Amino acid sequence: MPQLIGVPRETAAGEKRVATVPEVVEKLIKLGFRVAVQSGAGDAANFADETYRAAGAEVVPEVWGSADIIFKVRAPTTAEVGRIREGQTLVSFLWPAQNPELMQALAAKKATVLAMDSVPRISRAQKLDALSSMANIAGYRAVVEAAHHFGRFFTGQITAAGKVPPAKVFIIGAGVAGLAAIGAAAGLGAIVRANDTRPEVGDQIKSLGGEFVPVDYVEEGSGTGGYAKVMSEGFQKAQRETFAKQAKEVDIIITTALIPGKPAPKLITAEMVRSMKPGSVIVDLAAEQGGNCELTEPGQVVVKHGVTIIGYADLPSRLAKQSSTLYATNLLRLTEELCKAKDGSIVVNMDDEVIRGTTVIKDGAITWPPPAPKLSAAPPKPAAKPMPPAPKGHGAAGAPASAKSTAIVFLVAAVLFWFIGANAPAAFIAHFTVFVLACFVGYMVIWNVTPALHTPLMSVTNAISSIIAIGALVQVAPPMVDVAGRPTAWIVGLAVVSIALVAVNMFGGFAVTQRMLQMFRK
Amino acid sequence: MPATLSTVAYVGATILFILSLGGLSNPESSRRGNLYGMVGMAIAVLATVLGPNVTTAGLPWILGAMAVGAAIGLYAARFVKMTQMPELVALMHSLVGLAAVLIGYANYIDPAATGHLQGAEKTIHELEIYAGILIGAVTFSGSIIAFGKLSAKIGGKPMLLPGRHWINLLGLLVVLWCGGWFIQTPSVDAGMKPLAIMTVIALLFGIHMVMAIGGADMPVVVSMLNSYSGWAAAATGFMLSNDLLIVTGALVGSSGAILSYIMCRAMNRNFISVIAGGFGTGGGTAPAATGAQPAGEVAPISAAETAELLRNAKNVIIVPGYGMAVAQAQHAVFEITKLLREKGVNVRFGIHPVAGRMPGHMNVLLAEAKVPYDIVMEMDEINQDFPDTDVAMVIGANDIVNPAAQEDPASPIAGMPVLEVWKGKTSIVMKRSMASGYAGVDNPLFYKDNNRMLFGDAKKMLDEVLMSLKT
Repeated sequence: MPQLIGVPRETAAGEKRVATVPEVVEKLIKLGFRVAVQSGAGDAANFADETYRAAGAEVVPEVWGSADIIFKVRAPTTAEVGRIREGQTLVSFLWPAQNPELMQALAAKKATVLAMDSVPRISRAQKLDALSSMANIAGYRAVVEAAHHFGRFFTGQITAAGKVPPAKVFIIGAGVAGLAAIGAAAGLGAIVRANDTRPEVGDQIKSLGGEFVPVDYVEEGSGTGGYAKVMSEGFQKAQRETFAKQAKEVDIIITTALIPGKPAPKLITAEMVRSMKPGSVIVDLAAEQGGNCELTEPGQVVVKHGVTIIGYADLPSRLAKQSSTLYATNLLRLTEELCKAKDGSIVVNMDDEVIRGTTVIKDGAITWPPPAPKLSAAPPKPAAKPMPPAPKGHGAAGAPASAKSTAIVFLVAAVLFWFIGANAPAAFIAHFTVFVLACFVGYMVIWNVTPALHTPLMSVTNAISSIIAIGALVQVAPPMVDVAGRPTAWIVGLAVVSIALVAVNMFGGFAVTQRMLQMFRK
Repeated sequence: MPATLSTVAYVGATILFILSLGGLSNPESSRRGNLYGMVGMAIAVLATVLGPNVTTAGLPWILGAMAVGAAIGLYAARFVKMTQMPELVALMHSLVGLAAVLIGYANYIDPAATGHLQGAEKTIHELEIYAGILIGAVTFSGSIIAFGKLSAKIGGKPMLLPGRHWINLLGLLVVLWCGGWFIQTPSVDAGMKPLAIMTVIALLFGIHMVMAIGGADMPVVVSMLNSYSGWAAAATGFMLSNDLLIVTGALVGSSGAILSYIMCRAMNRNFISVIAGGFGTGGGTAPAATGAQPAGEVAPISAAETAELLRNAKNVIIVPGYGMAVAQAQHAVFEITKLLREKGVNVRFGIHPVAGRMPGHMNVLLAEAKVPYDIVMEMDEINQDFPDTDVAMVIGANDIVNPAAQEDPASPIAGMPVLEVWKGKTSIVMKRSMASGYAGVDNPLFYKDNNRMLFGDAKKMLDEVLMSLKT
């Protein structure tokens, strides 16, 4: 019997998102589930009931009573908790650290709860990281809100009516939201600067068209799981000085600084707001957690000292269609992890690191917080270079060999040379000298050949090795053929065949090399 | 022409040959280098033909043989496809080997060459003949098999006879024993028997050696045979007391030896283990099963989506492999490259030293397709640029982009230098199927989150990508 996934309408005021979209419904059904959507659930996000029905979902007036699994966006309200049945599975944002009473209430219901905000930050789980999806949207929307409240262009222009300077945007915190904001602001043509306590994000800022403004103070700011941590007093002082300087220069500040499980750090003081130009805009993405700016009023847009301070806590909801689609896809990926057999029923496998981290209540037992993640999303410290640089091949055969092996080589060579010198006739020694020296010349010359030309090298050396023709040439008709019993016919026959064979090489080798080299062009 | 003049001409030819190889240090000077080689060869041949060792009676024979050979050679050079270069080179090596065998026999049965020698000189001369024929025969049969494997007339999988090392050892002992027998024989007729036995064993040894080597090790084999053809020429030079042959043979021999060394290093394997035979077959190398099996799912991509990714990229690196040569896709690759470069995309190529079946194989194919050589980079030059790359496109390559070489110490290819395509923002692997590469190792790259698989024939897929790019 396939399990039923129920998607209720969000009840929180102003919440426009919905936990699944028609496109995802189809895929859930392919995994074997049945899907029931509460009538009107998608209205605010522009997904009509008919589109859900067309995708194969049942549209019902109420889902809590029948569904085996509930997909939601916001954490359940008290009324919703009351409707949860024993054995039901709930998937939604939950914030277990901030909502201990809610956790107790859910545990008492003997439900299984998966919190989308607790997805571990490991590579494999990125596709179901709903926080990142939402942060991405919030960052984009923050720029759009700022542009809306800012009285000028973002991009600099020279118009017939005069010159327009570009807007300067300063972004604090280069997490997913911050990076999205950098990209969006740079895309609109603004001059973008950004700061983060983690120095390794500098390159990411630059890659999106921003300029990294470092705090002039040395301290490592990466906490576990790729998040930031609380910084020392000295660092905070240096940071405030940096921000105060930026506040005087820029037109727009977007703050995204959050530390998991803690109130947002107060980074923009009233003093800094006063120092900003009139008409400037501050968008505080940390408003829900108290705000990065002292003057932020959560959920409100206020104007203080001539500066518009935007404290919306529902930026993703303001882009409901986009955020619903991404969130629904995150839930689909989670469902795939939960239903490896694709048979329409979920298995909460606590041995799977991703599922273990996401599951905060299992059959009524609170399993949060999970054990620490094994891997950080941040790159390892620079000390762990993956491989020593390979020795560069040109001009030398790598690092000098050890003294011992060099000594052995020389010893063997010496014995060999002594043996040859003691036994071989003089004529041989002369040829031997030439041979050894030629080997060395070849060694020196060949190391200079560029690897791109290795194939022409082979074909030209192949052509040159047809010098062996000389051996055959001198056998065809040597001057003194009067030695008795010389099998002349045999010798001439063998020599002529050899010449023909080698001539193929000689002419063909050079010609094909020439043809190849003609092709190499700038 | 007096003997001194022809000797001086030989010195001139030697210098020209050295300059010829030196010219290959960059593509600018390489054409002149090849010209030096031709001039050197012409001087050497003319000095010999006009010199004291050739009488006018031989001229018709020489001219006739030369004309026949030249016609065949020029025809082959003109019409060979660039994807068939490895086969052609292997076939040409076999000709040098065969010529060395024939010249050795002719020299041995010629009393004018051997009759006057006594004592140690006679022994050394006979050893030179023996060695020349031995090396020539191994080169000949080995190259023929290599040709068969490269042109897919013989299967690419290593053929491993039971106890193959013992067979080789036995062959070596018989060859040594025949050598001892050979230098003690009083007459030419008596000497023919050990010489013939040795030749047969050398031929069989050449066949056996190359049969036991897998397709991916072919670059090593081809360059090794290149080296052997040089040593065969050098041995013939000793036999004929001709310094020009010795020098040239030594140049070619060391050239091939260095190439073999470079190829082996590029695969992080030593020469002996390559020669000793195939990958992942027990014996020397560890079985693939001990390596961690990569987990996760493979994300396929369509040609249209690939075009979209390429269109939006700023930096693209293309990593070609043998699959591109097989599918003859180099021209489609160039068309895409041209289109993207016109749009301002920075397209470059990353070439692994052992990509393809011959050293420098990919470079020649790309050059044929008119890809400018200054955007074709070596592995060491381009590897640090992958983190800044938007799309890394792998065309028909597998082992040379396998992250297991760096990440999994238990992998059979651990420690082999590889192109780090997975560090790009997105990597696209074009492949016919999920089959593993020649090393028989599964490739964790395919399961990475930022990797996409474009399944299908490389040529067909690239043509589709090109079509989408143009619209």
